[in-house]
Amino acid sequence: MKQLHELTQALRDGRLTRREFLFRAAALGLSASLAPTLLGGPAALAQTATPRKGGMLKIGMSGGATSDSLDPTTFTDWVPTNIGYQIMNGLVEIDENNQATPELLESWEAKPGAAEWVFNVRQGVQFHNGKTLDVDDIIYSINLHRGETKSAAKAVLADITEVKKIGPHQISIVLANGNADLPYLLSDYHLMVVPNGFKDWAKPIGTGGYILEAFEPGVRALTKRNPNYWKPNRAHVDGIETLVINDVAARTNALISGQVHVINRLDGKTVDLLKKNKNIQVIRNSAGQHAVLPMHTQMDPFKDNNVRLALKHAIDRQKIIDTVLRGYGVIGNDHPIPRTSPFYNSELPQRPYDPDKARFYLKQAGLDSLRVTLSTSEAAFTGAVDTAVLYQAAASKAGITIDVKREPSDGYWDNVWMKAPFSMSYWGGRPTADQMLSIAYKSDAKWNDTFWKREDFDKLLIQARAELDQAKRKQMYWELQKMIHDDGGAIIPMFIDYLEAGSVKVKGMGPHPMFDFMGQRIGEKVWLEA
Amino acid sequence: MLLRLIAQRAGLGLLTLLAVSVLIFAGTEILPGDVATAILGQSATPETVAAIRASLGLDRPAPVRYWEWLTGVLQGELGVSLANGRDIAEEIAPRLGNTLFLAGYAALVAVPLSLLLGVLSAIHENSLFDRAINVLTLISISVPEFFIGYVLIIVFAVQLGWLPSLASVHAGMDLGERIYATTLPALTLVLVVVAHMMRMTRASVIALMASPYIEMAYLKGLPRWRIVVRHALPNALAPIINVVALNLAYLVVGVIVVEVVFVYPGVGQLMVDAVAKRDLPVVQACGLLFAGTFVALNTLADLLAIVSNPRLRFPR
Repeated sequence: MKQLHELTQALRDGRLTRREFLFRAAALGLSASLAPTLLGGPAALAQTATPRKGGMLKIGMSGGATSDSLDPTTFTDWVPTNIGYQIMNGLVEIDENNQATPELLESWEAKPGAAEWVFNVRQGVQFHNGKTLDVDDIIYSINLHRGETKSAAKAVLADITEVKKIGPHQISIVLANGNADLPYLLSDYHLMVVPNGFKDWAKPIGTGGYILEAFEPGVRALTKRNPNYWKPNRAHVDGIETLVINDVAARTNALISGQVHVINRLDGKTVDLLKKNKNIQVIRNSAGQHAVLPMHTQMDPFKDNNVRLALKHAIDRQKIIDTVLRGYGVIGNDHPIPRTSPFYNSELPQRPYDPDKARFYLKQAGLDSLRVTLSTSEAAFTGAVDTAVLYQAAASKAGITIDVKREPSDGYWDNVWMKAPFSMSYWGGRPTADQMLSIAYKSDAKWNDTFWKREDFDKLLIQARAELDQAKRKQMYWELQKMIHDDGGAIIPMFIDYLEAGSVKVKGMGPHPMFDFMGQRIGEKVWLEA
Repeated sequence: MLLRLIAQRAGLGLLTLLAVSVLIFAGTEILPGDVATAILGQSATPETVAAIRASLGLDRPAPVRYWEWLTGVLQGELGVSLANGRDIAEEIAPRLGNTLFLAGYAALVAVPLSLLLGVLSAIHENSLFDRAINVLTLISISVPEFFIGYVLIIVFAVQLGWLPSLASVHAGMDLGERIYATTLPALTLVLVVVAHMMRMTRASVIALMASPYIEMAYLKGLPRWRIVVRHALPNALAPIINVVALNLAYLVVGVIVVEVVFVYPGVGQLMVDAVAKRDLPVVQACGLLFAGTFVALNTLADLLAIVSNPRLRFPR
């Protein structure tokens, strides 16, 4: 226990990050659920005011359609995900400090090498139909996304070779390769828990803070508080009405006229006006969502790294952030790891807009000038076309001609992205550095949209994945970021903030490092002032 | 005579619907992507796309799928949505109810109002009133409907706070709540359709005012309002009825923009979502519904035109 005391002290003094603390505490045989409680717990850190019970929370959201279903394997947008989290719980939650904290999996432990894990299932939790949560429910809910499935989370869990019951309240998960981040992968928003064998997705039954009353896809959902909810200090309001409002003007009007309490995805053009309204609070979530301009590194002229470096120096990042995002973004450094990540390489110099240097690299490539076609569409991210045009103007000063080719939004992901040699795209945040790098930069990744292949990168990535020593691990990730920054095919100009707003009557609102609306768990987290 | 006409029209209508269904099917097939890629978006991998296609039977040739759909519809089966597996008839029914409610609400205000205004401006032809009404209705028909919608929202929802900007309705609301919630979208629609009907009423009445029998009525010493209402209007009904029918059809099938602005859960929104997701059976069902509305209202307009015209009712 003396060691633990030293650890705790080191954390308080800032010599250790929270994440390192958790890992070292785990090394001492301390469960992950116990460790945070030593620190007072995330809930105690975040909130000082006493939540008030009662009231009906009205959420106005974009990201829903009449084709939505509450089947977690089909989730691709935020409305069904948000409603899902009202009704169901996940396995692991990402807290406001970007840490994996227990949800229905109460604690965990990795065997050396991080390929075999043991998870303890939370006890004393009841589903809305009265059934007690057991190991089989957890296994069924994970397996919904494995094997023969159309789940979008299939790729995330592809490394899992076995999920097995090893005790009345314990499961073991075996991985093909060691992965120290498994709890983070299990925080994926598709992994919501339902009873074993459950299939009636029109009326999901979960262990969540709210019970589904009515659901009209693409229109609204109504839930009421679960009186037996297991989480203390959560689920404060009596009920939640979630309204789908895809039009941004309609959403803003609904908030201003008081018809809803909170809205997501603000219009960058009107945020500053909204901020002046005394009855409204605006929340800015700086997270991992970022814009990417992938170059096909197996095709001419992008085969030559000098051309790639020329193009990377020819984009005026700050101007794009100021113009397209109205300042609500963070500058990118041509690698996908955000500042919120504990593994963010803070010593890698920021790549500037430098037309002279771009010319220099063109000369290195043996070229006087360069002409490339950039395929773009608003489907890539809001403001993608404007970004392309600003890039065109900036690059012309470096002797680079960019022909902006506007493609239809329909079918963009299918027909243009990863097919055109130079296109635009975005990535939502991923909970870990490993996941982000594995999904889009590993040579054999399905979504390796730059077709960048480097064996040393892959090797180091797999090594870092299984490394339990955080200091070593950090060094590895720093090196990986540098490789992508120096040699990769992705121009990453900016990280795009999620913006949301709420009435000042809504208390407990705050930013989240993963996704907007407090990691889409806003329903159980906020309360209403009388 | 009337029965034969109805039978003829019904037959032609069915042919039209068949042609429409072929066009919709072909059109949706031409669009890039299918339901599998639309659902998965960026996270599509070849395997998951193939899994969805296979599970929905999309890997088979288009004519086969069309034929299956058609035989299903002929047996009264609209099928299930490809995107979420829900029964289409169940999905459309409440939305159709909403669309018809809004259309009915708008029509109940717009039709009498435009007839009244049309007749009044015909009576007071070229007066200040006539000109004012003409200018106002021309303005309201010239600006796009989303603009009218936003102006109404700013005035009545944001500034005055009298009416809600969201027309969110759901089962279990009583009539009063429904009317309150849908007043702003209904008002927007009224402003959009009134001009057309009002101007047609005015024009067809005034066109008749030069006829000899109207001159006769003047010579008898009848007041102008009586001539317009008793003698001119009944004979002007046929074109007015046609324009009213056209506008009623518009109120049902053309309100998608208003539905979006006021977030009203009608059929238009459903169809747009279905097209975006390439959910063919839903697109087809909505398309048939809209085409059917057009055919039915036009047939009705023709019938009413015949009924209102003795010369057509008793052909020699």
